[in-house]
Amino acid sequence: MTDTAIEAAGLGKTFGRRRKRALHECAFRLPAGSVCALIGPNGAGKSTLLALAAGLLRPTEGTVTVLGTTPAAARERVAYVAQDKPLHRQLTIADTLRMGRDLNPGRWDAAVAERLVTDGGLDPAAKVRTLSGGQRTRVALALALGKRPELLLLDEPMADLDPLARHELMGALMADAAEHGTTVVMSSHVIAELEGSCDHLLLVGGGRVRLAGPVDDLLAAHALVTGPDGDLAPHTVVESRVTGRQLTALVRPAGPIGAGLRSGEPSLEELVLAHLRSPDAPALTLTDERREAAA
Amino acid sequence: MVDYRIDRRSGVATYLQIVQQTKQALRLGLLEPGDKLPTAREVVQATAINPNTVLKAYRELEREGLVEARRGLGTFVRKSLGTAPADSPLRAELHAWADRAHAAGLERDDVAALFTAVLDQRFPHDHVQHDEQHNKGDKA
Repeated sequence: MTDTAIEAAGLGKTFGRRRKRALHECAFRLPAGSVCALIGPNGAGKSTLLALAAGLLRPTEGTVTVLGTTPAAARERVAYVAQDKPLHRQLTIADTLRMGRDLNPGRWDAAVAERLVTDGGLDPAAKVRTLSGGQRTRVALALALGKRPELLLLDEPMADLDPLARHELMGALMADAAEHGTTVVMSSHVIAELEGSCDHLLLVGGGRVRLAGPVDDLLAAHALVTGPDGDLAPHTVVESRVTGRQLTALVRPAGPIGAGLRSGEPSLEELVLAHLRSPDAPALTLTDERREAAA
Repeated sequence: MVDYRIDRRSGVATYLQIVQQTKQALRLGLLEPGDKLPTAREVVQATAINPNTVLKAYRELEREGLVEARRGLGTFVRKSLGTAPADSPLRAELHAWADRAHAAGLERDDVAALFTAVLDQRFPHDHVQHDEQHNKGDKA
């Protein structure tokens, strides 16, 4: 057992003959038991990062360590749900879950998988191809959770879901995390979707890690400053705007904020948007120093 | 049993919402000593919030001596929160003060802002001492 779920060092991936860079020099560490939001604009490298952790892609530079070993060796303990929720279209839901059982001998938790399916009012005899996008997501998540993974990698899991199903499936994911200490990584480009559910943030943009660490610590490391236009030194400025004489800035304070400026903690959305609007702002990686005993 | 309602837009930290709603339930007598709080699993299943948030709220309640975690059994209420009785002199004074504010032409928001300002000044956040002294005073 290791206390690190994913650790990346100098991780990078280039695709194709033109050497298109999807990820470059990514370094972060995700402690086991965390629920991590993987956020970034379209094309930022989120899916590539998840596929590397799932062992479906091989890095072209650097390393990624999963549950203390290589992604390939950890595969049995990792569940990965790709963005397009690949399932066999001709199988029924019951067949699909039976396949999950057969492919995961000794690990499969039929009760968990079946409950997720029946909670959605799905008929086990229905063929996968007759299901809606949201229903397919539910079956894919049932397959993933039934595996009883230590690490759950979900690529845009909530995109196809109506608000009710989203809330309910997120609740099911959180319950699983609470009960088994499962590490969950969920990608999305909608911040609001993941706020409240995630305790860690990994913000990627332009193939690089922009922010990484516990959400509370990242928020506390920034201040949203407003006041008369002036010099913000010695603070690290992530983004600043001047409207008339009014200055609005997101900074990483280096000491007390100067007199005459109002400062407050940003929301997660403000933090993320400021970084996405300022691609040249320095990256920040915080490590989890509090060793929280997962109950 | 208490049902937590999380308001993501309230600006109040989620764990604090759980702390406050538990205290409210204690004040209203919806929770009494010996009652069991919902498990973290039950809360997150219903609210889709992060499990650590629930644990943090329960730790805070435990630190304030209101609940205790019993290993393998769950989290239980240790004591109730005394409330100022509806006909207490304090309430009468507040009533008289509100009348004077009204007579002075203050609007509802003005009164709320004034009250909150004084409240924040006299009862700063994150000061458990105040709360505990307050409780003792009520019981005496």
